[in-house]
Amino acid sequence: MKEKRRKHLLNLGLWTWSWVATLAIATFGPQLIWDDHTLLTTIAIVTNLANGVLMIMANRKLFNHFDELERKIHLESMALTLGLAVIVGLTYSLLDQTNLIPYDAEIGTLVGFIGVTYIITLLVNRIKYR
Amino acid sequence: MKNKVRELRKLKGLTQEQLAEVIGVSRQTINAIEKEKFDPSLPTAFKMARLFELSIEDFFLFEDSK
Repeated sequence: MKEKRRKHLLNLGLWTWSWVATLAIATFGPQLIWDDHTLLTTIAIVTNLANGVLMIMANRKLFNHFDELERKIHLESMALTLGLAVIVGLTYSLLDQTNLIPYDAEIGTLVGFIGVTYIITLLVNRIKYR
Repeated sequence: MKNKVRELRKLKGLTQEQLAEVIGVSRQTINAIEKEKFDPSLPTAFKMARLFELSIEDFFLFEDSK
């Protein structure tokens, strides 16, 4: 059981890192490496998208390997994170639209918020069921 | 839900880790069940019942809150 779990975790880790790498290539490549070549940019974006799908599948495999308590902990964390992401995301967008913040609302900030919220809610739930 | 999992596990001479291995869940899950913080699924309850050679109602005590 532990060996399988380690295998799924390693698999997810590899797909996550390669997704981050392909995202970086798709983001910086057009300006820094291939001088806005349309075909290369398209290939980089499609590769990143395909990598993202494989990362989600690896995450699903790990999730299906979890036992019932771990699933409950993750589902509760996901529910809270999703709710907060929608509410905070829309508030953040409103702040931008009404010029109450002196900069543009970036999607990266919301993604960062989602990541941090998920980690915090996971930790809180793990303590709750300890 | 109140339960007697800890007593029955000790009667069988098993550690939480060993019971978790037999039932196919994590040690943390067994710990949460014993502390009555988490109610197991029906398949897990049946696996425990088979191991303890009891029926589910013998060690999971359902109290209607109504």
